[in-house]
Amino acid sequence: MGMDLVERLLNGDRRALGKLMTLVDDGAPEGREAIIKLFPKTGSAHIVGITGAPGVGKSSLINAITTKLREKGKTVGIVAVDPTSPFSGGALLGDRIRMQDHFTDEGVFIRSLASRGSVGGLSKSVNNVIRLLDAFGRDLIIVETVGAGQAEVDIVKVAHTVIVILSPGYGDVIQMLKAGIIEIGDMFVINKSDLEGAHRAFEGLMSVLELSQQREGWKPPIIETIATAQKGITELVETIERHREYLEKTKLLNVRESKRVENELINLVNERVYEKIKEGSAGEGENLKTIVSKVVSKQLDPYSAAEKIISALG
Amino acid sequence: MSKTESKTRVLVAKPGLDGHDRGALVLCRAFRDAGAEVIYTGLLATPDQVAQTAIDEDVDVVMLSLLNGAHMVAFPRVVKLLMEKGAGDILVFGGGIIPEEDKPHLEKEGVLGNWGPGTPLDLIIETVFNKVKERRHGTKQAKKGR
Repeated sequence: MGMDLVERLLNGDRRALGKLMTLVDDGAPEGREAIIKLFPKTGSAHIVGITGAPGVGKSSLINAITTKLREKGKTVGIVAVDPTSPFSGGALLGDRIRMQDHFTDEGVFIRSLASRGSVGGLSKSVNNVIRLLDAFGRDLIIVETVGAGQAEVDIVKVAHTVIVILSPGYGDVIQMLKAGIIEIGDMFVINKSDLEGAHRAFEGLMSVLELSQQREGWKPPIIETIATAQKGITELVETIERHREYLEKTKLLNVRESKRVENELINLVNERVYEKIKEGSAGEGENLKTIVSKVVSKQLDPYSAAEKIISALG
Repeated sequence: MSKTESKTRVLVAKPGLDGHDRGALVLCRAFRDAGAEVIYTGLLATPDQVAQTAIDEDVDVVMLSLLNGAHMVAFPRVVKLLMEKGAGDILVFGGGIIPEEDKPHLEKEGVLGNWGPGTPLDLIIETVFNKVKERRHGTKQAKKGR
């Protein structure tokens, strides 16, 4: 059944793509199988991450960028992540609202994901959802983070190009520096640049960037935009393309891909180990429960217990 | 095998020229608080936009809400579009200002619920969740029978 969906996806069937996204989001075995089958067909899309505090205009900017990309004949995939409520387990996925222009465009596919407990600004499934869009043939895949602003480091491990969006009046640029967000941007956008304080934000950011180290020989530019008026978007899209060319020319694309893959592998291995521990034995007729009780009754210390479990994994 | 429970994905949509969305937003929040993942299309979505969104987001159910009297045309249009696009398995519920005499036609066209203002949210959510469970269970049975 999962195979039919894969074939259908490769034939451009959007329903199949949507269904496979659900399967990978849920961590279903059919999802896993599909990714294994589709993996060789991934790797050509340019993955662009968009991050920034809530309200700076991430979704509107994605909408504007998509319009420009479509003018240039590129196909786009968009993955927008919103937070899952820790109380109810539900989520309000509202980023799509700003992208209404593109709902029925064949060249655009938008998918909303809930973070489902992930804390780095994305979801566990995001890499696989990206792969599905890649195999589907999208030229660019734009990923929008949850947007808590700080601690959104996951996007660096997922995207080739990271765009950090700021907005005038959203606190000091120094705040941004503290949050480490300055370090992850390949380019910076000051959106709503018609608002008061835009110039100050620009100057402040400029001075901060001049003080920080250049990342791998690329000088992150600052671009001013008004997303809702399609202003500054041409320059932004050109800069995105320039960054991609730069990554290819310097082979940095390969370095980033390697980091991406390494990070993902470690996560997958951790997950698998956890699964095996829960399902299986820990050697010598013991299982997790018996080892836990040995530690509780001080017969075994936690470190030795951990070693026991690991050596029994095989 | 590690697996997150399959969440219910709900699309809340206002398929037409209706500028009032407080009701729709209340519904969005209620579903979220009940544990569902809710997507909202925003105002002024066309039936075509609603149908395509439902498919791309692979929702279990579409909640259509209109207060402007256009439900007799708009709601069945969404059902029809979903079927044409190969997504007839997505459930469609209607709500808003719907006179009693319109309900039989809507039901015949495949629109469930058709609740008026003042319908308790609990009732709506319970009915929807049960229908989704029924639909999923039915699919599993069908697969087993193969």
